[in-house]
Amino acid sequence: MSWIRESWNRIRSVTRVDALERGLDDEIRFHIEQQTQKNLRAGMTPDDARRQAYVKFGGVERFKENTRDEFRPVLLQDSLLDLRYGIRALRRAPLFTVIAAVTLALGIGATTAVFAVVYGVLIKPLPYHDSDALVSLKHSAKSLGGGPPVGLSLSLFVSYARENRSFEHVGVWSRGTDIVTDGIAAEEVATLNVSAGALRALGIQPAMGRTFLDADGASNATETVILMDGYWARRFGRDRSIIGRDISIGARPRVVVGIMPPSFRFLDETPEVLVPVRIDPATLTLGGFNFEGIARLAGGVTMQRASTDLARILPIWIQSWPSYPGVDRNEFGDMTPLVKSLKQDLASNVGNMLWVLMGTIAMVLVIACANVANLVLVRAQDRQHELAIRTALGAGRGRLARQLLVENLVLGMLGGALGLLLAAAGLRVLSSIGEGSLPRLQEIAISPIVLELTLALSLCAALLFGGIPIAKLGLKHFDMTLRPAARGATSSRERNRARNFLVVVQVALAVVLLVGSGLMVRTFVALRAVPPGFTDPAHVQLARVNIPEAQIADAARVSQLQHDMLDRLATIPEVTSVSFTGNVPMANERSRAGIYREDVPLNNQSEPPLRWFRFVAPGFFHTIGTRVVAGRDFTWVDVDNSRPVVVISQNLARELWREPTAALGRRIREGTESPWREIVGVVADVYDDGVHRPAPAIVYWPSFMQTFVGQPFNIKRSVTFALRTSRAGSEGLLTQVRDAISSAQAGTPITRVRTLGDVYAHSMAATSFALVMLVIAAAMALILGIVGIYGAIAYAVTQRRREIGIRAALGASRHELQAMFVRHGVILALIGIACGLAGALALTRLMASLLFGTSPLDLTVYVLVSVGLASVAALAAYVPARRAALVDPVLTLRGD
Amino acid sequence: MTKERSDLLQGTVTMLVLKALQVEPMHGWGITERIEHWSEEVLQLGQGTLYPALYRLERQDLIQSEWRVTENSRRAKYYSLTTQGRQQLEKELAQWRRASRAVNQVLDVTLASARPA
Repeated sequence: MSWIRESWNRIRSVTRVDALERGLDDEIRFHIEQQTQKNLRAGMTPDDARRQAYVKFGGVERFKENTRDEFRPVLLQDSLLDLRYGIRALRRAPLFTVIAAVTLALGIGATTAVFAVVYGVLIKPLPYHDSDALVSLKHSAKSLGGGPPVGLSLSLFVSYARENRSFEHVGVWSRGTDIVTDGIAAEEVATLNVSAGALRALGIQPAMGRTFLDADGASNATETVILMDGYWARRFGRDRSIIGRDISIGARPRVVVGIMPPSFRFLDETPEVLVPVRIDPATLTLGGFNFEGIARLAGGVTMQRASTDLARILPIWIQSWPSYPGVDRNEFGDMTPLVKSLKQDLASNVGNMLWVLMGTIAMVLVIACANVANLVLVRAQDRQHELAIRTALGAGRGRLARQLLVENLVLGMLGGALGLLLAAAGLRVLSSIGEGSLPRLQEIAISPIVLELTLALSLCAALLFGGIPIAKLGLKHFDMTLRPAARGATSSRERNRARNFLVVVQVALAVVLLVGSGLMVRTFVALRAVPPGFTDPAHVQLARVNIPEAQIADAARVSQLQHDMLDRLATIPEVTSVSFTGNVPMANERSRAGIYREDVPLNNQSEPPLRWFRFVAPGFFHTIGTRVVAGRDFTWVDVDNSRPVVVISQNLARELWREPTAALGRRIREGTESPWREIVGVVADVYDDGVHRPAPAIVYWPSFMQTFVGQPFNIKRSVTFALRTSRAGSEGLLTQVRDAISSAQAGTPITRVRTLGDVYAHSMAATSFALVMLVIAAAMALILGIVGIYGAIAYAVTQRRREIGIRAALGASRHELQAMFVRHGVILALIGIACGLAGALALTRLMASLLFGTSPLDLTVYVLVSVGLASVAALAAYVPARRAALVDPVLTLRGD
Repeated sequence: MTKERSDLLQGTVTMLVLKALQVEPMHGWGITERIEHWSEEVLQLGQGTLYPALYRLERQDLIQSEWRVTENSRRAKYYSLTTQGRQQLEKELAQWRRASRAVNQVLDVTLASARPA
């Protein structure tokens, strides 16, 4: 690598040319003087001595000049010259430059944008100190029946915290909402219930005040709260004196102990206030897996070891705590701890999809480069004359190659710069499409590393599209012709092969992308075809209302108030049906537990599998459009009298009694001490985990019950009203809903306003995102591929005008001439399609996990893509081929 | 921008300069003196040719320079070998010896032994 250093020394010498120059003068003067003195010592006269010294040195000025050559920045000056020349050459061909630069910009821009997403979501470390040591704690269990894993119960957290040998810090958190009634109007805020250990694990220090201490989590401690920066600014105008003051949250006073810094984000959550998780070990039971676990591994502990450690603690935990009254503790025996990197866990749903996208977009970039390479090839051919002249004038081969390379680099940089602008715009679009399906959205940006990638891409693209023509053209050819270039009657086979190869590559990649997006379209169609368990969700308005305990303590009165609200909502015009639920379908709001059957003795029931529980008011099934398959819905008589009744989903009925009707009249209960509850209805399955997963078994309980799992009352204080109306989503409706709610209970806000359609769309957000992105990529690939075929044929037609003229003169019909070129295009396309199909067979397997209701080898898609692309290719070849038929033989032959 | 140089000559100058600096750092005039002295005045290189060679060697990091004061209090630029320069000298010497031995062998061939029997 000595040439690198040598070039560097040369470049460096630019900055000190003057110093070197003066040094050289001094040095030579010193030399002459020394020689003169020597001559004097030898007995010469002073004049003679000086003259002889000069003679002995040789021409002072000549050697000075030679020496200067050694430190002058020759290479750099030449490069600047190349650069200027390159820019001028590109400006002389504006159409070529614009097309090439825009094509490159599309490829580079799309790749940059997707890389920015991949980097922000998957690669970039989480914004916490030493974030590699952060892990999430979850548990899978056979009794979950393949459903998503669960987090921790508080008792499990306490056991882990006491017994573990793997964690520096461990903590739990959960989402919540509460009503702040301090100051002017009551408002519901998103809260984060978090243990002190979770904040310690993240290593977060508050901007002001203090973080939570373990003491804040004690059941008898003063209630405390930490404000997020945004909420502090919005609600309290950044008033510093708020620290130490009480604010009323959930109608109870809480002391503000700290303010978080603006940069602080708790994973992907967007809470406004943090409240400590309060733990009273005396009241804990085994169950209640409502918390997410987070931990920081102690130095040197691997996730594997931590996992083994937790598996060791699980049996200790089962023996340490009481079960729910009437729930067998063995129910908790089949749990397996899952310790995952927090970063991976956050992106677990989209990791695979994003990599598929990245690969897809990289293919688009290659196609774009192939297109530009084609353009450059064509242009190089047109410039043969110019290059030949320059060769004749003494430009070396290396010099010309460097010249072309610099020109391509300029083009590449131009494309890269434009691409960066495109990427910046594209990122906004991506973020808005990705809203709700992408984690860590706020961390997606054009960061330095993304810029570096853009630069690298531009350079690689320039080498790729510039290198092929240079290598293929074989600069040796340049010196051969100073004849009029057009005389090179037929283009050389070598060059045609290069162009044909590029077209084949483009078509092949386009096939892969089209097959990929075709599979995605099939998936989307298949997903939309699954009846989600409710009908016309866009016309179901949802709004949540919370009645805190501090406001109304009595459960029966809460139930009456909810009934009252429902009656008032029903009077809103054009509302055909109203009801409410404790947890919205498909919105990931559920709880679950096992159930016991009256017709099977307890000891024969090995560990009752966990079932989803949902609490609904009468009329809920009718409102959202869930069919009652057998029996009946709840009635207000059931609710008001706390009758022991229950409704179950169809798949649960089939599982336990084979037939929905056979389930009617059977009795089940949720705890061994609860009264038996009669199954009065069976309803259609609701795809609660998203339509791509099997519909879970669901047990529907009435919204109000006298006893539930050993607790005296069961009432959902936070319920979501559902209104079926054609006016869903309109402002007018919302105003009326607000009025109706506050007329029932003054000052009660409504929150989480959305339609069931929004919830449904959100459950498919990741698939929609992948679909949109793949279709965009495939469309780009298709367009670029068509342009490639068109360009290749069009160019062949112009190149072979003379041949066409001769053929026409010899009697070939227009039709025959046309067919000749169309055949050329179609053959190229067919080769490309064949290669592409092989590639698609291999590559679509990677996207199997994104697919639903279709296999990666879906025949329809493959056939449609092949036939479609072949037809389009024929068309793309036909248009320029018509021009061949229009060639006038007389004119062409005379023109030469 | 192409510079006319005889490869043989240039290679030789490089080697002579490096050799002259092997013992101790020296200024340009001193180097010419040393070479002439050691070659018993046979090698009279045009003193000017030395300077392009010195600047090239410095750029190649084979030698380094430093302004110092001579015994009679004159400012002069002293050149000295770098580690790389030392290695380069070894390489060039070995090469030269091989080449000159080969040339000598050719020249020593007598008419009798040259003719195949």
